[in-house]
Amino acid sequence: MRLSPDEIIFWQHGFFKLNGTIVFTWGTMILLAVGAKLITRNLTTEHERSRWQNLLEITVTGMMTQIEEVGLKHSEKFIGFLGTLFLFVATSALLTVIPGYEPPTGSLSTTAALALSVLIAVPMFGISNQGVGGYLKSYLKPTFIMLPFNIISEVSRTLALAVRLFGNMMSGAMIIAILLTITPFLFPILMTLLGLLTGMVQAYIFSILAAVYIAAATSTRKEKPVPISQKLEKPQPNTHHG
Amino acid sequence: MDDTTMIAIASIVTAGVTTGFGTMGPALAEGKAVATALTSLAQQPDASATITRTLFVGLAMIESTAIYCFVVSMILIFANPFWNHFLTLTAAK
Repeated sequence: MRLSPDEIIFWQHGFFKLNGTIVFTWGTMILLAVGAKLITRNLTTEHERSRWQNLLEITVTGMMTQIEEVGLKHSEKFIGFLGTLFLFVATSALLTVIPGYEPPTGSLSTTAALALSVLIAVPMFGISNQGVGGYLKSYLKPTFIMLPFNIISEVSRTLALAVRLFGNMMSGAMIIAILLTITPFLFPILMTLLGLLTGMVQAYIFSILAAVYIAAATSTRKEKPVPISQKLEKPQPNTHHG
Repeated sequence: MDDTTMIAIASIVTAGVTTGFGTMGPALAEGKAVATALTSLAQQPDASATITRTLFVGLAMIESTAIYCFVVSMILIFANPFWNHFLTLTAAK
């Protein structure tokens, strides 16, 4: 029984191993990059447009609205990072419909790398938004007693991001493998369907959590309270009685 | 009983107990979260986008505790470090 695609070895030469995780990661990356290049080669603004352009437009605008709903203004600044995370995790979950493909996110190395890039990106966005001093001060909120807990939470949420994604993707593949030995024909297909749903939800959650962390690090206290209080004071139209 | 058998028994029993008890709490918590979210959705259908997003993020947070237990039991069964250590010890003998 395999725990992760790390254990599939395609080619080995001395110290250098070409395992399944690397191959599938590069396959997904090449598919995404070449696909995006091919689709964006002839974009139009006319009414008659290709269905692939529609697909990309829906994806990008959907991601931008989601990022803005979390509280990040100027989503075009963040979509490069958050959108890439989402697309990579979602594509590697979707491609599991291809027989023989193992999601690279089912390996702890991949998810740890993704979580580490979130760990590095959060202070980078925070510093670029409010300066070194302003960002470092956010560790002293609400009081300086919380400093160690803030640092612990920084580390533990990175660990949680990595293990959550790994556990979900690995458990999907593992359950299908176990079911194939018990009830071989129909039931694994249903679990594959469930795995597709879980994969999309995990991709959404991974990127939305990264967005929430970045929003917490880049929040500026000057402009935030005004729209929220205005929203709260606005009377709610209650049209749903009866 | 030799050491390897002891380790096998301990690992298998612990793996089952870990997943069994570890999923109890998250299951109750997720049920409560979904029930509350459905109540709020019924009361305020206008806020469905926010409620759904918060629900998904919260469910993922709750579920991750169950996933940790699952990962621990998977490690105990399929990648047990103690088991491998004693296997190499017996192989060396």
